Amino acid sequence: MTPASAVAPAEDPKRLADFEARIARGETIEPKDWMPERYRRQLIRMMSQHAHSEVVGMLPEGNWITRAPSLRRKMSLMAKVQDEAGHGLYIYCGTETLGVDRHDLILQLLAGTAKYSSIFNYPTISWADMGAIGWLVDGAAIVNQTMLAKASYGPYARAMVRICKEENFHKRQGFEIMTVLSGGTPEQHAMAQDSLNRWWWPSLMMFGPHDADSPNSGELSRWGIKRKSNDELRQRFVNMTVAQAKAINLTIPDEGMRFNEATANWEFSAINWDDFWRVVKGDGPCNRERLAARRKAHDDGAWVREAAAAHAAKQTESTEAAA
Amino acid sequence: MSSESRDNPLPLWEVFLQPPGGAAHEHAGSVHAGDKEMALQAARDVYARRGEAVSIWVVPSEQITASTPEDMGPFFEPGNDKAYRHPQFYKVPPGVRVS
Repeated sequence: MTPASAVAPAEDPKRLADFEARIARGETIEPKDWMPERYRRQLIRMMSQHAHSEVVGMLPEGNWITRAPSLRRKMSLMAKVQDEAGHGLYIYCGTETLGVDRHDLILQLLAGTAKYSSIFNYPTISWADMGAIGWLVDGAAIVNQTMLAKASYGPYARAMVRICKEENFHKRQGFEIMTVLSGGTPEQHAMAQDSLNRWWWPSLMMFGPHDADSPNSGELSRWGIKRKSNDELRQRFVNMTVAQAKAINLTIPDEGMRFNEATANWEFSAINWDDFWRVVKGDGPCNRERLAARRKAHDDGAWVREAAAAHAAKQTESTEAAA
Repeated sequence: MSSESRDNPLPLWEVFLQPPGGAAHEHAGSVHAGDKEMALQAARDVYARRGEAVSIWVVPSEQITASTPEDMGPFFEPGNDKAYRHPQFYKVPPGVRVS
């Protein structure tokens, strides 16, 4: 795949104007419709990164399936991880409508040339992290995906509608874990607070750089792929989460946080973007481990794909012999 | 990667789900699978984990013939210029409820 930043061919101005008029009228763009090459490339970049994130996102939680504290928690966690696999497949399927093959996208992920959400490069060191991920990481994802469910590209928007319906379970099971731990023994409460302390800032970074530093945002918003900016979405998430933390007696690790009565926003301290870029560029706590786990899973599954292909070939032969 | 060379992409199938309650099958997405049985199972696992369907169709994507956006105007025109196919075309005396 050519990176989105590569120079795209100059577009026919008439077709481009017609396309932008369709976006302005709120029409949905479908796979066979004419679209500018930049629109196609931006979507492939964004959707494949999103699909990879769902797939890699299974790893930090998969880490705790065998050690869940009860059968109830284990069942929920398995169902959630299975959902994430499904979400990855919905979005790969949407990306394929743009003329790329899922197989190639997966090979890019395994080769380490594709990006995925940096949040999954942090370790899950306690059970409370299963709570914090559901509450904060899925909570942030819902804010983002609710916006993307109105994206101008039909297959992406429809995949998001399907995903949003399922994410609420993810968030609620996470919040329940945090609620129970926070109201438990002093040790359990401390475990929940420690987890919030570690996941809070990475969760805010999930919305991406500030609008002024976000190289793709202009084009994405002009073409109706993103209908709200990174900073707007981040603020919306913070405003929602403050009351939730208070309700379960946990403290958001930001002493500078203030409520601005004029804007009705919870203002927060500066984000450490150096840490964000370090993790994006591959030097987070778990980048190497995550990719190694994906490669192993892919290699270990090769015999299944080979068997499926051999079985299909045999069936075709016997159908042809009978005809 | 050791498996790259022997890894052939599996064929693509389009998935249609019929929701409970009598509505028609509707396109849900697609799956990759080697044969029709595995396509059905994958479609169930991917698109019907929460009772979304009472019936699933899978169709090889390459078997679908579709109209093209370029044809759209002329292709659908015969339907657009026949106003007499719509109930609003017919006049009803004031105050009478026909439907």
